[in-house]
Amino acid sequence: MTDNQIFTDFEVVEFVEEKQINLNKVLTGKNFYLINIWSSWCEPCKDESDKLLQLKNDTSVMMIGINYKDKKKNALNFLKLYGDPFEQIFVDKQGLIAINFGAYGVPETFLINNDNKVLKKYIGPLNDEDVYEIKKITKN
Amino acid sequence: MFMKSKKLLKIKILIILILTCSSFKNTAISSSFSEEQTVNITKNLRCLICQGQTIHESNSDFAESMKKYIKSELENGKTNDEVFSSLIEKYGQWIVYDPGISRNTLLLWALPLLLFLIGGVIIVRKILEKYE
Repeated sequence: MTDNQIFTDFEVVEFVEEKQINLNKVLTGKNFYLINIWSSWCEPCKDESDKLLQLKNDTSVMMIGINYKDKKKNALNFLKLYGDPFEQIFVDKQGLIAINFGAYGVPETFLINNDNKVLKKYIGPLNDEDVYEIKKITKN
Repeated sequence: MFMKSKKLLKIKILIILILTCSSFKNTAISSSFSEEQTVNITKNLRCLICQGQTIHESNSDFAESMKKYIKSELENGKTNDEVFSSLIEKYGQWIVYDPGISRNTLLLWALPLLLFLIGGVIIVRKILEKYE
């Protein structure tokens, strides 16, 4: 997905219950959605965890995590260790959801509005400037 | 009577064996067809995180996910063109090695022809100038 592109719907799998659900059913009720693809084995994901936690308190944004090619136990330990910024988490055991998002790997983050339009795509770990930019967009 | 039923049983077993073998053969054909399709698609896709490799050649994490994605799309009944267009939609025209003619690639396709025509005009003018 590139900037300004409208998001096409596809199925995602819930992290805890492992139930399949359409992403469009998840993307409701908020003005913005921040979708972050992460994994416990991804070193840069550890670096960006505090950046995601900074964005957690923004009530206009729903934080969604996509746990990429990971083991559940390791993913849970990661969240315990580095904090859980996500309102909802989905699993991507084979990397197919990441391809559906048009992602290249981990970490990658997409800021989407309530029209399912990709406002920003961040390849690699989020930095302070990115957090500032996201906060600026979601405030308007 | 007993011999006759034994013979009938043998025929039944033979029919079952033939049917089972033919169904295995059909499965093998359909899966190899899909495999061939996957290879054809992956050979025309650029590995966006590798240097100068196709998705088919690369063993990177991205390429492996892409191969699985293409396979699942084909299994869901998508055609080659549909798979290509869905990937172009997600990653842009850059992902394909052989970009089709579109508004974005029109210049790419027209430029060689334009250069050829401009070159031709220059040559013709030079020849005409020489004769004049």
